[in-house]
Amino acid sequence: MPKVKVKRASTTIDMTAMCDVSFLLLTFFILTATARAPEPLPVDTPASVTQVKVPDTDLGLITVGDDGKVFFGVKDRNVRARMLELMSEKYSVPFTDQERARFSLIESFGVPVRTLKQLIALDANAQTQPGLQPGIPVDSTKALSNELFHWVYSARVATKELHNVEMRVSIKGDADEKYPAIKKVMDVLQSQQVNKFSLITSLKSTVE
Amino acid sequence: MAELNQDSGGGKKGGKIRSKKAGGRVDLTAMVDLAFLLITFFMLTTSINKPNAMDVAMPDKNEENPEDRLEVADTRTMTLLLGSNNQVEWYMGAFDSPIEGPEIVGYGKDGIRPVLLQKLKEIPQRTGGDLIVVIRPSDRSTHRNLVDILDEMNIVEAPIYMIGTISDPEIEVLERDGLYNE
Repeated sequence: MPKVKVKRASTTIDMTAMCDVSFLLLTFFILTATARAPEPLPVDTPASVTQVKVPDTDLGLITVGDDGKVFFGVKDRNVRARMLELMSEKYSVPFTDQERARFSLIESFGVPVRTLKQLIALDANAQTQPGLQPGIPVDSTKALSNELFHWVYSARVATKELHNVEMRVSIKGDADEKYPAIKKVMDVLQSQQVNKFSLITSLKSTVE
Repeated sequence: MAELNQDSGGGKKGGKIRSKKAGGRVDLTAMVDLAFLLITFFMLTTSINKPNAMDVAMPDKNEENPEDRLEVADTRTMTLLLGSNNQVEWYMGAFDSPIEGPEIVGYGKDGIRPVLLQKLKEIPQRTGGDLIVVIRPSDRSTHRNLVDILDEMNIVEAPIYMIGTISDPEIEVLERDGLYNE
């Protein structure tokens, strides 16, 4: 009797298709990942169990941290440019087109309007140096000295003009910031009838 | 690893040296490993990065006619005074003649939560209306305290709550109880 030879099955797996798929996914995730710009004022937000995510569009973000320093930023670039236009009219500080274009790339800033030119002139890495920007002047009036009031107001006007929606305002406060600093910002919002806003928090890992 | 069975060398007979055919196959295992590692990284960073937003509605300032205000029943009102050292002082009713309290508690599940839950159950039974919680943060409380207490309101599902301004006698109470430190 002839011996029956068992044919050994090849264990080679063709990896090409798997490689294709994984790289396709990889490309997708890289493209959808939004590069996070370095923040000029890093804050440690308090935790909560809220699961609502921050909206991506039509959002004004007020950052409070480092002993009451206030920074402001708007998500949309066109709104930023228009907001600067409105502000330069109000404070009669002229800005060139080039400066406006450069300003629209700044995610968040914290300088008085008078010194904004110097900030715009710096390159992007120098702009986000910690401790460089002193914060936007805030007080409890509606006068020009309360610059945050006018920034938020201009941003709201600009958002309404360009997108025809109400801008949402979020406050991102440092967890260890004293309440009066936050209160000051809330008062600014309330003095222009923004009674609804959101506080930015990080997710608490477990419900205690 | 994708290729387990290899040709054992030396099985060939004859002295002829054959030039090996260039393999048309490349081992892609390592590449796939790397790709999946990167996918995992990007997936996690995109979803984790996004912060959450807690909505707050403040009462309107009503600067035009400050006389026009709604009186609420004292029996349904619970006032929370946020002091320093991560402590809360609460009382029921009017400040001058509190029905209950003032009492000092902490935050979280062993502090203010049982009190709130109890009152939320008790007040509708006694008065027929919902509990009204007034949050009054003092100047010595932190932003974390405010977020914690608002979070607590969401957890216990308090129907009516608002953020108010603290008054001087209330600050004195906090001072007396040692909750007004720097």
